[in-house]
Amino acid sequence: MNGAAEFFTTDTAAFLAGALGRTLWMTLLGCTLGFLLGGVLALVRRTRQPLLAPARLLAGLYVETFRRLPFLVILILVLFSVQAVAPGLSLLGIATIAVTLAATAYLAEIIRAGLDAVPRPQVEGAEVLGLSALDRLRFVVLPQAWGVILPPAAAFMVMFVKDTALASHLGVVELAFAGKILVNKGFSPTLGFGAVLVLYALVSWPLGRAAAHLEKKLVAPRHR
Amino acid sequence: MSLLDIAELSAGYGGNTILDGVSLTAERGDIVSLIGPSGSGKSTLLRVLIGLTPPTGGTVRIDGAAVDYADSAALKALRRRMSIVFQQFNLFQNMTALDNLTLAPVRTLGVARAEAEARGCDLLAKVGLADKAGAYPAQLSGGQQQRVAIARALAMQPEILLLDEVTSALDPERVGEVLDTIRTLAETGITMLLVSHEMGFVREISTKVVMMDAGRVVEAGPPASIFESPRETRTRSFMQAIIRH
Repeated sequence: MNGAAEFFTTDTAAFLAGALGRTLWMTLLGCTLGFLLGGVLALVRRTRQPLLAPARLLAGLYVETFRRLPFLVILILVLFSVQAVAPGLSLLGIATIAVTLAATAYLAEIIRAGLDAVPRPQVEGAEVLGLSALDRLRFVVLPQAWGVILPPAAAFMVMFVKDTALASHLGVVELAFAGKILVNKGFSPTLGFGAVLVLYALVSWPLGRAAAHLEKKLVAPRHR
Repeated sequence: MSLLDIAELSAGYGGNTILDGVSLTAERGDIVSLIGPSGSGKSTLLRVLIGLTPPTGGTVRIDGAAVDYADSAALKALRRRMSIVFQQFNLFQNMTALDNLTLAPVRTLGVARAEAEARGCDLLAKVGLADKAGAYPAQLSGGQQQRVAIARALAMQPEILLLDEVTSALDPERVGEVLDTIRTLAETGITMLLVSHEMGFVREISTKVVMMDAGRVVEAGPPASIFESPRETRTRSFMQAIIRH
């Protein structure tokens, strides 16, 4: 068995850094794209425009389906569908698509709940002043919705840092898989998984802080 | 030609009829008060007029031109001429009093920010709140919020102002300050349609009083005739009921 002296080397550090990078890549890119797409779905589901009725139905169907699928199942579904159409795409790319699909569904619901939490009279107040739908959203609804959207959205993302470990089933060498590889190489599980644990904790913490900071910056100062 | 001409206006939700063929007119400078029991359709009438509740029948004409409530461009044009103040103020909670007043003029009328702010400050001064420009709604009393809401509606320079029970959500001590604001406003010659339960005020300020019940106009006329010699039994019973206490 390899000892601590062999563990704390630049090789191991580089290996773990690469794995951490893949974990963060999947989480940050997947959740950012998921937030944008989820926002679009939430807006579509909220419109009352008759022409958008089919889009509303599809958006609802998407959200309800993907929230019910275990993330591992989404990963495998994406793996096989992508390999059928674009066999050249990397495993990391495939996993990132899967994260995006799952995050879109969850974040769409979080955003919708946040938008719905803004009292209807606030919107009517803006409507009777002739403000366009986009202006109502930008100046009245969103500033009041951030406070409801951001905490659960940030919690979701921090939680998803850990869920990306499931991408190891596809063969993506992210943090959890990296720990397993280190142990297989002969390092003690305490060292291998201990390092992984520390790294997970180290990324989750600043993510949480960043979310709290964003919240402070964006949330309307209504109760100052 | 009347400034506002409402003919056979109907509205409802689902199978429920709330407005059942309301007709009334207002000339420029008129102050028309809508009175009647709760559920008689007074507030719904104002909501239909400003385009928040779609009409199911009838027409609304402004200066003789019919308003198409199904058309968003027509609604936008309507809301440049007509403004509403709500019972619950509906001030934007995330903005200061002044920002509440400048948002719509800047975004929808294309007024320059500096000009909108100057006018906003004037309006706040007019409603006696010059020192509250930087205050958020949550920092203001109900009466102050309602005065800001009136100033916000005026910032759009409407020809017709709708007031929907603007004193009903207020502390009794705060009612007077809002009524004073409306009195001052009445002297500027703006056309107003107001729903109110403040009968003394209605009688004093109105050029025309409209008694409504069950989604219909029971009778309409100058305040003296409605209050002193109502023709309809429904108006009489309403008057007796409210005078008794």
